[in-house]
Amino acid sequence: MADIAVARATSLRPALSRDDLVRGGGLVVMGVFLFVVVLLPLYALLSKSFEDADGKFIGFANYIEYFGTPALVSSAGHTIFIGVVTMVIVVTLAFIYAYALTRSCMPFKGLFRGIALIPILAPSLLPAISLVYLFGNQGMIKELLFGYKIYGPIGIVIALAFWIFPHTVMLLTTALATADARLYEAAIALRASKLRTFFTVTLPATKYGVMSACFVAFTYGITDFGAPKVIGGWYNVLSVDIYKQVVGQWNFQMGAVVSVILLFPVVITFIVDRLVQRRQVAQITARSVPLEPKPNRRFDLIMLIYCSVIAFILLGILAVSAYASFIKFWPYNLSLSLDNYQFQYMDGGGWDAYGNSILLGVLTAFFGSLIIFGGAYLVEKSRHYGKYRGTLQFLAILPLAVPGMVLGLAYIFFFNDPANPLNFLYQTLGILVICTIAHYYTVPHLTALTALKQLDAEFEDVSASLKVPFYKTFSRVTFPVCLPAILDIGIYLFINAMTTVSAVVFLWGPATKLASVAVLNMDDQGDIAPAAAMAMMIVYTSATVRILHIVLTRGLQRRTQAWRRREVIAETVGQPAPT
Amino acid sequence: MSDAQPSTKAKESPYLRIESLTKLFGSFAALKDINLEVFEGEFICFLGPSGCGKTTLLRCIAGLDIQTSGRVIQAGEDISTLPPSARDFGIVFQSYALFPNLTVRKNLAYGLENRRMKKAAIEERVNELLELVGLTGQDKKYPSQLSGGQQQRVALARALASWPGLLLLDEPLSALDAKVRVYLRHEVRRLQRKLGITTVMVTHDQEEALTMADRIVVMDQGVIGQVGTPLQIYREPATSFVADFIGSMNFVPGTMAAPNLVRFGNVNLACDVDGLAAGMEVTIAIRPEDIVVQDVAGSEENAFEVQIESTEFLGSFLRVDLVSETMGEARLRADFSINLVRRVDISEGASLPVMVPRERIRIYPGSLDHG
Repeated sequence: MADIAVARATSLRPALSRDDLVRGGGLVVMGVFLFVVVLLPLYALLSKSFEDADGKFIGFANYIEYFGTPALVSSAGHTIFIGVVTMVIVVTLAFIYAYALTRSCMPFKGLFRGIALIPILAPSLLPAISLVYLFGNQGMIKELLFGYKIYGPIGIVIALAFWIFPHTVMLLTTALATADARLYEAAIALRASKLRTFFTVTLPATKYGVMSACFVAFTYGITDFGAPKVIGGWYNVLSVDIYKQVVGQWNFQMGAVVSVILLFPVVITFIVDRLVQRRQVAQITARSVPLEPKPNRRFDLIMLIYCSVIAFILLGILAVSAYASFIKFWPYNLSLSLDNYQFQYMDGGGWDAYGNSILLGVLTAFFGSLIIFGGAYLVEKSRHYGKYRGTLQFLAILPLAVPGMVLGLAYIFFFNDPANPLNFLYQTLGILVICTIAHYYTVPHLTALTALKQLDAEFEDVSASLKVPFYKTFSRVTFPVCLPAILDIGIYLFINAMTTVSAVVFLWGPATKLASVAVLNMDDQGDIAPAAAMAMMIVYTSATVRILHIVLTRGLQRRTQAWRRREVIAETVGQPAPT
Repeated sequence: MSDAQPSTKAKESPYLRIESLTKLFGSFAALKDINLEVFEGEFICFLGPSGCGKTTLLRCIAGLDIQTSGRVIQAGEDISTLPPSARDFGIVFQSYALFPNLTVRKNLAYGLENRRMKKAAIEERVNELLELVGLTGQDKKYPSQLSGGQQQRVALARALASWPGLLLLDEPLSALDAKVRVYLRHEVRRLQRKLGITTVMVTHDQEEALTMADRIVVMDQGVIGQVGTPLQIYREPATSFVADFIGSMNFVPGTMAAPNLVRFGNVNLACDVDGLAAGMEVTIAIRPEDIVVQDVAGSEENAFEVQIESTEFLGSFLRVDLVSETMGEARLRADFSINLVRRVDISEGASLPVMVPRERIRIYPGSLDHG
């Protein structure tokens, strides 16, 4: 081994090409960007939680005060309770729904799949508003609650279940869709009962999907702000506490402390999720045989009924808000009108807020797609800088562990600091765009990585050997081939920018009010019908953009199908091979 | 180790020289002190089992990985630390890495467009390349509309497009069907001869290496086991690893009875071997096809009596397991052509004399544990 030591001591330094240097520069820019928009604000938040109102360091005094205030401590328990209950309910419901979509032969699967995704188009405020109309003090069907109040945990859980449902269904459908038929054939051959097969084949194979769904449901459940804000009543949760401390009492330090408390369960879930995913191994090998569900009239009928009920509830909750938005004055004057859409006569920002939201969505989608896809490209396809790229990969995943409320408050501390040269961004649309990109960075980053990994790793090597600069290969090959994924990223960012309320609730200014924030503020002031109307405007817009996206993607597929299709071409050997 | 080089090139300085090259991945040494010379116009194969370092060595030559220490010299220039874009080579990967959204023509023109060539000149060069690989008329198709073999030829043409001095092939035929593979072996070899381009190919397929290469570099665990022409590698494997890896081989433990005489069981075999003292433990290596059965009287040098334990029909030849009391524990496997079997009685249980020509016996010091 002595020669190895010698070899290492005299280790050669590779000469960097111009491509390497340019991409290295890009990596530095990306690192600085993520550092400034994620890490520095979080640091500002953390240090704020150890300061008094004058900015003096006071150690754990704020935390001691926090734990000495029962009203505050109780909401930590509430938050975890809401998270766990929501997780159990939504994952169970979504699992059966996804099971029906993948393992039954019921009709209208495509329709049910589409309906399950509808809640994504709405802010989480919307189901809460609908629940107020359904079960509130003057609710349409409040008798169904048998005297229980919708304001509180029941309302929060139902609203969250509606809103989180699509995310879990997507994860579970993916997990259930990839099954190896050979295992089921083996189970039948061994005469295992259906139930036993389910527990010994289906569940183990979808274990990781179920866990992912649980982590997502729990995290969304404890971090959401819109639903508990509207329907939580006196039942305090951490996200609402942050808002109340900051916006209600101007107690920024306590807001920071509550934010740090909220970070704990989220970060722990994040870490566990990462550890679990690392243990995941591919369930499907090249030799797997895809499972084709076989018709079974009774089972298919039960599944059809189940999905119909769920779909009815999902559509019903949406329909209530839609209907309510056209009612003149619930419950006294039920005539239909467009009065509630006259936003210019309400507080909250009026149509300007709606326009700002569209602008925010467009800017976030455009710049977000470019930054995130470009960053993912640099991380995945650069040569050299291995450790630095690993660090960037971590920074890109990190935002997933930061709740919107926490990020928003962190942005106040960081950007509102007069000493910060970026202070000019405060209360501009710019900070809203940056915050939204940072908040939703991770999922598009992973989408981009998946798309990039599907490209041959050797494209870059071949280009270098042909002496073609990397940006040419990027623009002529990488970008066009990944265009569908980039469009997916754009639509994801647009819809989230339209619907999000948590991070931006701290960051809007007089000139940059947003539709989702307007929903919140109008509801706060008792203008619940206009709030429903604005929430529906968000849904209409997201839905329109989503449909545009589908049309665009279809068109793109048609134009590029010549090279995208994957078929096996038979070999025609020019002459018989001598053997 | 034999320093076999094509005699005509012996006086030239090598086109590509690798000097004491070592590549570490962490504490794992993928390549240990590699020295190699490749001459202009040669077709060299790096052959070895997976993990032997052959692909890593190719990537060091291309600059895709930079070696930890050692030098790579191409056409007299030290390119040891240069990035791939500053080196002079064309490369074909097992995956072909054809750009899926560009037509065959655009794939071929990809590197040319960057050389400030006139449009007409590019057009002409692409047509030339298409003709070279026999794909004229297919230039408007996308890679996914071509068969695997055609894609492979496009990749080859693209690698050759801008007249590189060195062609690197990384398992170029491995993804193809057996028949297409055999056909393309000849195609690639024909092209290489025609263009006279110095070529390095990585393969784990010994048949491919034996049929295509001017010289083969057999690698094992990060070191070169032997460099030589296909015939040298097959006939005179320098180490027991090479002997075992190339073709099939009988390994029998034995001892040196006297200089140039080796003994196993009660059988004494005359052989040509230098520097092994009497009494030394050795491994005797004999190829199954080198066991002669026809016209053996039993009294010649290296003849001994064997019994046929079992036979296995393998189409063009019969594989036979031989045992005998004189051989003791040892057993030999022999391949007899069907042609021969028609004339000699080879049936299970039969006894007959066989002999092994002394020049076909290889002796390696020490005992081995080969299946």
